[in-house]
This record gives sequence, structure tokens and C-alpha cells, in this order.
Amino acid sequence: MKAPSFDYVRAASPAQVFELLREHGDAARVLAGGQTLIATLNMRLSEPALLIDIGGLDALRGIALEGNTLRIGALTTHAAIEASPLVARHAPLLAQAAPHIAHRAIRNRGTFGGSLAYADPAAEWPACVLALDATLVLGGAEGERRVAAHDFFTGLFTTALAPGELLLACELPVQADGERQVFDELARRHGDYAIAGLAARARLQGGRLHELRLAFLGIDDRPRRAQRTEQALQGRAIDDATLAMALQTLQAELQPYGDLTSGPDTKRHLAGVLLQRALRRLAA
Amino acid sequence: MSEPVPRHTIRVEVNGEALTRAVEPRRHLVDFLREDCGLKGSHLGCEHGVCGACTVRLDGEIVRGCLVLAVQADGGRVETVETRQPSARLRALQDAFVARNALQCGYCTPGMLMAALELVERAPEADREQVRTWIAGNYCRCTGYHAIVDAVCDVLAAQRRGAFEKLPQEAA
Repeated sequence: MKAPSFDYVRAASPAQVFELLREHGDAARVLAGGQTLIATLNMRLSEPALLIDIGGLDALRGIALEGNTLRIGALTTHAAIEASPLVARHAPLLAQAAPHIAHRAIRNRGTFGGSLAYADPAAEWPACVLALDATLVLGGAEGERRVAAHDFFTGLFTTALAPGELLLACELPVQADGERQVFDELARRHGDYAIAGLAARARLQGGRLHELRLAFLGIDDRPRRAQRTEQALQGRAIDDATLAMALQTLQAELQPYGDLTSGPDTKRHLAGVLLQRALRRLAA
Repeated sequence: MSEPVPRHTIRVEVNGEALTRAVEPRRHLVDFLREDCGLKGSHLGCEHGVCGACTVRLDGEIVRGCLVLAVQADGGRVETVETRQPSARLRALQDAFVARNALQCGYCTPGMLMAALELVERAPEADREQVRTWIAGNYCRCTGYHAIVDAVCDVLAAQRRGAFEKLPQEAA
């Protein structure tokens, strides 16, 4: 159906955005790619008085290598990440995840920062930045601050972003020597919301996994690391016995939420399937 | 609801023609094309980004026309199936859709064509499986999809045989 009426301003600078957010508070919404917000407005699930379009803030766009850090601007589209040689080389986890995000036409508009700020529990990017120990760069009227991904996703559709703040960029450590990154997700049809997904990375040394990170999406109210399973696999080689142990540890550790598609038991089972696939690929 | 919101004047190039219109901010791109520009070729199905019937091209890339506001397209370039100078690839897709019986009611067809056009242009090596994945975001209730996939694969094959090679860049 049609969106309710709202006013619109195309922001010329971040400072203008912070001023407008201060002035309008909850009555204003930031418009980036719009692939979630405009759908929400069309379904009349939200009725803001003002949309602040940040699409003209080019400084928030782009992918750059800065030493050992890959910096991705918040307005970078999913499609740009999908096509980026820098991402393919230095953060292949993102390159693997990108094609799973909705469909091409949505990826051409939807933004990295928008997905992170919205923090849908079934979204791909939150699990990816969690698995990579990334840092989120936030900006507000008071200036910039950095928040570790580990501390950024605080609840259902809730992040560490304070009212009046914008997500500016994400800084990811580049893939190290010997490091492997794998992403997989399960959905009923390609492009559907994930039923469950896994962003995993580890350093492989002498056939054994070190510094394993397992970040699940779609099974909780936020991306969830399976830390006991990570610890149980530290320094281990992957064989049938280890896989069985890992699976058991994971099943005991996870407390999945059910949703419209699947109950908690299905989610737990599928998380185990993803874990086994990921471990085999990491160790291959 | 309080006083009406002031309209914004936007300048958009639509199928090569520069248009100036005053629009409400809430007007999405397909309603702009249909109601403000008289171009009924782009369709609306779900209006929340799922069905793909609204797929049009903005600044050279396919987008969900129901998830872009007309005001966001200010200064931009929109192309729909009604483009008066269809590219050779678009014509080939249209002919292939007819030849393969890839439409019945035709409601999904403009969106399918625009989506398929970007595939043919950007992913020329796509195989049948990749074509299926690409158009997974465009729903069809009539054909069962196979004929659509056949039509797109026919055009990809023709392209690989050099069917579009000798053309000036603009017509390609």
C-alpha cells in the first residue's frame, strides 16, 4: 500500500543530520538505502514526520585498505561489496555472504551500514562483523567513537547507537596468513530471510584450528557466537570424532529462538549442519 | 493527519527525456512513473520489495521501484521497458520471451525483462542455474518460470556467439 505522508530533506553534511536528529528526535528517520525503511513505510508499520536522506554524504561511501584494516563506509552498497576486489582479497567472508542478501535489485541500493544499524537477527552482515572482530565507527554531534562488534549488537533490532548518532563506517582486520573464512546460510528459497546462517573464521596451523570464531545468524535475537564450541575446538584437528564432539557442544550451548519458519529444535539442528559444513571447509 | 506536506520539484531523465515534476516525498518511483509520467509499463505487486514486478533501472542499475522514493531519483536517470530506443539486448530478450512463450498475463514481464537485461549485460557467462538464482527475486504466477529461463538462456547463447558485437556502444 502507500506510505503515510512525511516530509523529506536531503542532508548536505553529517553535522546537518545530527542537528535535525536533535531537533526532531523520534519523529525523524534516517534514510540510507531505504530497502528496509521504505518497505516499512509502505506497510505503514512506522509513521515518521521527517525522512533525512543521507544518500548524498559521499564521505560515508567506499572501501579502502588502510594498513592492516579494511575500512568500509556505511553507505557502501551490498552490490559494491559483492564486486570489490579488496573485499575478495582481504575479507572474503563478506564476498561469500553478499550473494545471499535478498536479490540483485535490493543489493544495488541497500547499504552495509543500514543493515548493521537495523540489526535484523537474520541479517548477514552483523554475523560477519562479529566473526571478524570488527570495529564500528559511530558519529554524533559530540564527535566519533568506536565500538567493538562484540559490544554493538545489544538486543533485538537494538545496537549501541545512541539517539542522534549515525553509523559512519566499519573497520575490519584484513585476513591474516593462514586464515580461512567461510560463510553459509540456509533458506527455503534463494534470497529469503535465512533460517540459520554461520559466519566462521579460523587460522589453520599444522592442520589444527586456532582463534576460531563461529557467529550464527537467524537463531537468536542478535548474531550469536558459540564461544564454548569455539573453545572446545581450539588447537584441534578436524576429524569425525572432533566433529561429533563439536556438534554435541554446540547443541548444548545454543538456546535458539523459534520464528515463523522454524521452531527452536529445527534451528538447533540446522546450526549443527552449518557447523559441520563450515569446519570441513575451514580445515580443507 | 495534519496539513499536507509541501511538494518537492524533481528533475529526472526518464527513458532519455528530461522531465520536471512536483511530487510528494512519499511518492515512490513506480507511482511517479505511472501517475506523474503516464508510463504504465512498470507494475506494482507487493509494494514491499519482494515480488520484483516493479524492477526498473535507475542510474544504470536495476532497483525495486517501490523501494526508491521519486525524490531520491532527483537528478537521476531512469529506464523502463518503454524506452523508445530499446537496446539490442532488450529487443532480443523481448523477442525471446515471445518465441519461448515466457509470458501469459504479462504482469511480471517488465520486471523480468529489466532484471534479465542486467544479467545479460553484467554476467554474460551465466549458466542456467545462475539465471535461476538471478531471477529468483521476480515472481511469476503464470508460466512456471522455465520458459522465462529458456528465453534468457537463448539470449545469453546468442551473445556468446557474437550477436551484439558489431553494434555502436549506445545501441548495445
